[in-house]
Amino acid sequence: MIVVDGVSKTFPNGTVALNNTSAKIGEGEFIALLGPSGCGKSTLLRLLAGLEAPSGGQIIWPGGTAEPGDIGFVFQDATLMPWMSAAENVFLPLRLRGKSRSETRDSVTAALTQVGLADFADTKPAALSGGMKMRVSIARALVGSPKLLLMDEPFAALDEFTRFKLQADLHEVWHRTGTTIVFVTHSIYEAAYLATRVLVMSPRPGRVAANITSEVAEGPERRTAADYTAFVKQLSGVLRGVMPA
Amino acid sequence: MNRTLERAAPFLFGLIGLGLWQGAVWWLQVPPYVLPGPIAIVAAYAGDYDVLNAALLSTLTVTFVALLVSAALGVALALTMAASNLARAAIQPWAVILQVTPVVAIAPLIIIWVNQPFMALVVCATIVAFFPVLSNTAAGLVATPPELLDLFRLNGATRWQTLILLRLPAALPYFLAGLRISGTLALVGAVVAEFVAGSGGFASGLAYRILEAGYRLEIPRMFAALVLLALAGMAIYGALGLFSRLMLRRRDAA
Repeated sequence: MIVVDGVSKTFPNGTVALNNTSAKIGEGEFIALLGPSGCGKSTLLRLLAGLEAPSGGQIIWPGGTAEPGDIGFVFQDATLMPWMSAAENVFLPLRLRGKSRSETRDSVTAALTQVGLADFADTKPAALSGGMKMRVSIARALVGSPKLLLMDEPFAALDEFTRFKLQADLHEVWHRTGTTIVFVTHSIYEAAYLATRVLVMSPRPGRVAANITSEVAEGPERRTAADYTAFVKQLSGVLRGVMPA
Repeated sequence: MNRTLERAAPFLFGLIGLGLWQGAVWWLQVPPYVLPGPIAIVAAYAGDYDVLNAALLSTLTVTFVALLVSAALGVALALTMAASNLARAAIQPWAVILQVTPVVAIAPLIIIWVNQPFMALVVCATIVAFFPVLSNTAAGLVATPPELLDLFRLNGATRWQTLILLRLPAALPYFLAGLRISGTLALVGAVVAEFVAGSGGFASGLAYRILEAGYRLEIPRMFAALVLLALAGMAIYGALGLFSRLMLRRRDAA
């Protein structure tokens, strides 16, 4: 369990991005941070990653603080190194942590297999489609089995067909690996489809305004199921309630 | 058809220009010591090609060595500036001062200070040429995508790892663009330095041949040397462009 305890973040220019926000992230959960632009969801994600320090409050990890390798991060763009092959890109985080190529070959292959790109290990990003680049990016975040996978609107820049496919595949990866995931999105449909729990955030100053557990049944029909549609409606209602007039 | 025409356009334009030039020289009976026609220039080159080619080789050697030194010096200074804000504050104004001071003005001093003529020429050409490599590489080193820097931080990367695995390769396109500008500037710097050194009696390089031809009123020969210089400049620019494309393709190709 990771605990976000009364966390605030004020930037040097005076912007209050988060104000006294609390949340709990249980092991194996798939949490969506849902909210409009400027509600501090990305800031909360960066605080969880330790890329920013909170101005107030604290984030408590089971062992105290996060170590390198505890966190996988997927950015909005794939941000691959164009001069490295898919496998080298996936190997990069391990390399930075001082691991050798030979001892991690199997983990790299496993991560690429998980995202369906085992056959593209030696391909460089220039020859990959947008969706495939994002898959490599996800493999890069999954390699070495992080305790927490943070994703910052990873599918926002993709076309709808690719997005649907990647959402389904991500959901499956989560099922298979049991990795705890926190996923930032501004799409109600995405949050409803992916998450086991949705934290709805309200803007200015950002805080968690609602905490809703999903009742959507697992299964291949998830996207068309009646309880999914109901969940979308429920989230829309909550979101309308927290939006400033 | 249209593309071929576009490719051929500069050559056609040049040919027409040369034709008009030659025609005008004939028609108006301009004496060759005022303006030689293209045919006289080619003839001057043909009559003296071993001397002119040796001079070209000498100028190109200075240019090439100066370009190598510029690349090494520019990258080294850019790295120092990227490593510490104090170093940046200390170096930047001096680099700019060196850049804005006309090399013609300091070349005589350098030629006095540096005893070996070849080295003196290289120093002058380097002063002219190193700045684009420096400023471009410095810009490239700070233009690393912030997400990748985050990724490196998350995985506990050392400064050294961040430099070697991320900042340097990410700055490569910037460096190559700077190198291309520096290439032509190195030629300019070499020629300017040769002029100064040449008027002091150091006989080498195309600039010296231009001076010499001027003194002797061998204007067609002077033009021949000028044409060689222009061609050398174009060749350097083209070669560095090709080099840059090859490097980037090799780096990013699937």
